[in-house]
Amino acid sequence: MSELSVNHLLGIKHISAADIQLIFETADHFKEVINRPIRKVPSLRDVTIANLFFENSTRTRLSFELAEKRLSADVVNFSASSSSVNKGETLIDTVNNILAMKVDMVVMRHPNPGAGVFLSKHVDASIVNAGDGTHEHPTQALLDTYSIREKLGEVKGKKIVIVGDILHSRVALSNIFCLQKLGAEVKVCGPNTLIPQHIKSLGVEVEHNLDQALQWCDVANMLRVQNERMSTRYFPSTREYVAQFGLDKQRLEQINKSIVIMHPGPINRGVEISSDIADSHHAIILNQVENGVAIRMAILYLLASKLKHYSAETL
Amino acid sequence: MGKKKLLNQKEIDIILNRLACQLIENHDDFKETVVIGLQPRGVFLSQRLQQLLYTVYQIEHIDFGKLDITFYRDDFMRGNKVLQANKTDIDFIVENKKVVFVDDVLYTGRSIRSALTAIQSFGRPQSIELLTLIDRRFSRHLPIQPDYKGRQVDAINRERVIVSWEENDGEDAVYLTQDRNE
Repeated sequence: MSELSVNHLLGIKHISAADIQLIFETADHFKEVINRPIRKVPSLRDVTIANLFFENSTRTRLSFELAEKRLSADVVNFSASSSSVNKGETLIDTVNNILAMKVDMVVMRHPNPGAGVFLSKHVDASIVNAGDGTHEHPTQALLDTYSIREKLGEVKGKKIVIVGDILHSRVALSNIFCLQKLGAEVKVCGPNTLIPQHIKSLGVEVEHNLDQALQWCDVANMLRVQNERMSTRYFPSTREYVAQFGLDKQRLEQINKSIVIMHPGPINRGVEISSDIADSHHAIILNQVENGVAIRMAILYLLASKLKHYSAETL
Repeated sequence: MGKKKLLNQKEIDIILNRLACQLIENHDDFKETVVIGLQPRGVFLSQRLQQLLYTVYQIEHIDFGKLDITFYRDDFMRGNKVLQANKTDIDFIVENKKVVFVDDVLYTGRSIRSALTAIQSFGRPQSIELLTLIDRRFSRHLPIQPDYKGRQVDAINRERVIVSWEENDGEDAVYLTQDRNE
């Protein structure tokens, strides 16, 4: 297979295992490109991409922008805080106005789940979901899984535990879909209040004891407690959360094997993960960030190849 | 579905030896030269030349690389063909080096144009030369000509030149086929 089965990347749920493999293989080549003396290729020279961020982001936005620039695309940035959204403009109007300026692709982060799917049905551009509320964050899941493949050789048959605030995490949901599609076993671990009620219907096991989860797994993906999405208290105190679900050196030494530690960032040091672990050789947190650019280049490249700007009819 | 053999194993062998000698004539001990096979099919030819230069002509060391031009092509988003990348493997800097591109068939010249752009990502070469096994005359879209060529072939657009290598395709031969779907 040499083409994606979709025209948009809205969520991992919508793509196949073959799509994921194609993205990974293409990312391998882009990873080599971004380690060259000159880290830029002219592939997307006449493609314009709008980065629409209706919600705060540092890493993802920077990573997308770098990926776009290394592919030589033209980039326009938009953030909700400085836009007409505050004046009452609807999402479709905002995007259609931007598309009227001849934009080919839209990378969007939005606080509402399903915003990307909604947009893809109403506007004529290729949409990449950069996180929609608590729903999906497909590029993060792809770069996480790609990093596991890079570190452990393959994903199939590996055991991955996702620890922390599963309830508010789009990273968790996308990771579960992506890992399962590639044949990995997934467990989630966290306080009962932060585990979605029907998570077992996804074929995921729930574990409330972190030590047992660590003993079981090959990879632990530590998620941040998303205080900004919590309208009520989900656990008694941060101190209690750290005691039960925080990963530190002592806890890691108790298990008699080496496991890979991941974190999608931003890290709350001393809460879900201690500094000595985050900075240790067990952690591949910065590899994840580097791979993020290669993965996003691959996705943009593969989606752009379906735009077909210059078919015989348009010339 | 006609298929005509243009070169057999013996002829290819003679040509490869000639090309190797011509390279030695211009590049001496290859200290300032790097040889780059263009992915995918140019790599087989460059590996053959490498083998000859090392074993028969006793050259001590040559920097050999593989260059993939997929991301530099000028037909991206212009048709139904999906472009799939290959591995680039250049673990040296080409700054101030004499670069020799190696490809099996020179046709429109567009691949070479892409390669000229791609190589700039690895530095500014002192000079770039082109070696091809087959030069299809009268079919160029761009002003690009080979510096070293195995055999010139006059073929019409519907025809296709196929170079097969023993290590990949089971035999050393060059064929002219009529089965190109235009």
